[in-house]
Amino acid sequence: MLKALLGNLTAVASHRGWPRVEVDAGTWQAIGEALREGKLDLLGEWGDEAAVHCALFEPATGQLSIASIAVRADRVPSLAVFHPPAMRLERTIVDLFGHEVIGLPDQRTWLDHGRWATRAPLAAQAKSPQSPRPYRFLESDGPGLHQIPVGPVHAGVIEPGHFRFTATGETVVRLEERLGYTHKGIETLLRGQKIDQGAPIAARVSGDSTVAYSLAYARAVEVALACRPPQRAVWLRGVMAELERIANHLGDIGAICNDAAFSMMHAECGILREETLRTCAAAFGHRLMMDRIVPGGTTADLTATGKDAILALTQGLNRQFPELIELYDNTASLQDRTVGTGGVSAALAAEFAAGGFVGRASGRSFDARAALAYEPYDALPVKAVVRTEGDVDARVWVRILEVQASVEWLEAALRSLPAGPVLLPAIAAPASSVEATAIVEAFRGDLLAYVRIGPELRIERCHLRDPSWFQWPLLEIAIDGNIVADFPLCNKSFNCSYSGHDL
Amino acid sequence: MRRRLFKNLFNAPVTEPVTPGGPETLEAAGEALRGAISRHLGRSLAIREVDAGSCNGCELEIHALNNAFYDIERFGVRFVASPRHADLLLVTGPVTHNMREALERTYAATPAPKWVVAVGDCAAGCGVFAGSYACVGAVNKVIEVDLAIRGCPPTPLDLLRGLIWLLGRP
Repeated sequence: MLKALLGNLTAVASHRGWPRVEVDAGTWQAIGEALREGKLDLLGEWGDEAAVHCALFEPATGQLSIASIAVRADRVPSLAVFHPPAMRLERTIVDLFGHEVIGLPDQRTWLDHGRWATRAPLAAQAKSPQSPRPYRFLESDGPGLHQIPVGPVHAGVIEPGHFRFTATGETVVRLEERLGYTHKGIETLLRGQKIDQGAPIAARVSGDSTVAYSLAYARAVEVALACRPPQRAVWLRGVMAELERIANHLGDIGAICNDAAFSMMHAECGILREETLRTCAAAFGHRLMMDRIVPGGTTADLTATGKDAILALTQGLNRQFPELIELYDNTASLQDRTVGTGGVSAALAAEFAAGGFVGRASGRSFDARAALAYEPYDALPVKAVVRTEGDVDARVWVRILEVQASVEWLEAALRSLPAGPVLLPAIAAPASSVEATAIVEAFRGDLLAYVRIGPELRIERCHLRDPSWFQWPLLEIAIDGNIVADFPLCNKSFNCSYSGHDL
Repeated sequence: MRRRLFKNLFNAPVTEPVTPGGPETLEAAGEALRGAISRHLGRSLAIREVDAGSCNGCELEIHALNNAFYDIERFGVRFVASPRHADLLLVTGPVTHNMREALERTYAATPAPKWVVAVGDCAAGCGVFAGSYACVGAVNKVIEVDLAIRGCPPTPLDLLRGLIWLLGRP
């Protein structure tokens, strides 16, 4: 499909790695139709001053391409009109670039709440702001319906966002999300930075995925500049990425059970999570391993005791985690809450190309580590995990099995860790603009980074697409027909990022 | 489950034990905190956490305060769901323009006397997000701040030390 659509077009020379092709309106529409028919997965759509790009993956062949359409007279045709998962991405393009997306079904702003002193901040010429207008939520009308507005400040220690529930009695008939509260203007901040100054900003898009963001950013920069980090750094990055995954999955498993009022699992998983974070600090000098991965390698090598600390952690997990799995699996009152709750169909997971535990709990096996086999996973694959039930329970199980797969991977990786330096001494500046796209598997799912770098190694454009973009919309569907009291449970089983999404 | 409960009954707790003498130990810090809380507030300190635009790194470490190792509740510190129940607001993030009003309204809903603690480099001084069109900046640009705890993110122990300092002031 991808070959038939884009095969006879010449790839843009400045884009390294996967091909990027420039398409006309007819091909853009054909892409939209292929997405609608489920022949292609949309892995991202983002704006530029004079173009809109989309990343396309063909599951049948494993091919990936970037397609770009030129913006003419500030106008560009919509993909969302064919493929709803593109809706919020295109609303964001309108908010940040001010392009008019022709045919975009939802014309409301998304990240722009009318509170910035500017409009279209990424446009060649930023526009003067509009006065804030009330946000029109979708209408729900019928006897006995009532609305419950929640947020942006939530009851727990979590990120801000607004949920508008419409319920009849206890049953949710519609949930509408409104996000953008944590929008920090990251893509604008990145523009014009030198690549090394951009790294700490990219590392802070979503703190729980700081390793994955740094990795995606570093890989995109390295592919664009055609430089390869030392082998030891490649493996250390893998070790950090799996430690981050283990820590987050453990936290999530406990928190999901806690939202089903089973606090014992929360306490037990909290202990394992804390032990993981302490191991990260012992091995890499920071509990979340922030700023450890940079273009060209890693800033920190494993400490002298780091390897033993990680092996002690994995041994501890091998000993203690099976008991917790048994506890989860054999507690009927807990299973009663998680089994059958918050269902996402396989068809929807596929349509939205949902990554991570959301997709893999609903039969979509895509895992960037396997499907795109980037280093070091090309040499040492991770055991694949997939479930088909699509409920909260399945999302818990995917996490459980992924913790075990990551532990196994870590033990194997540490056995064969290559020696040598961890950072390239210098990265040469390009003669003219170069660009690249990278996709890595964060704990939530596939994370896309696109960079264009000019002479003097300055970033001309950097786009970072969180896995949550394709998961948040499914949460609205997962809660449909469930009771309001099960929302925290469903929400936690998704654990979408607000900051990563709002950017 | 019964087996696990039984085992836990006889296992030593992971909660950091009393280490006599060292002012740097968690237990010592916690005891100092408990003393300060009882001097100022009676028996407990109720905290409402407000994420005003953080990357969620600070939230992870604030969460950690509640795990079995730190177990901050044993010192009388409790996280509450409503600002109306709170003595102290723990605010994270470079305050974004989109969150400014929510933060102001949360502050207004908190009964006086109240404290505000800005947590993390962003809340203390906007961090790496300085200069963005989307950020107001440090928390003290929006509401009065009693203490800023720096770090990216500050460790659970840093957070605990900060609270002790605040409550121990004359």
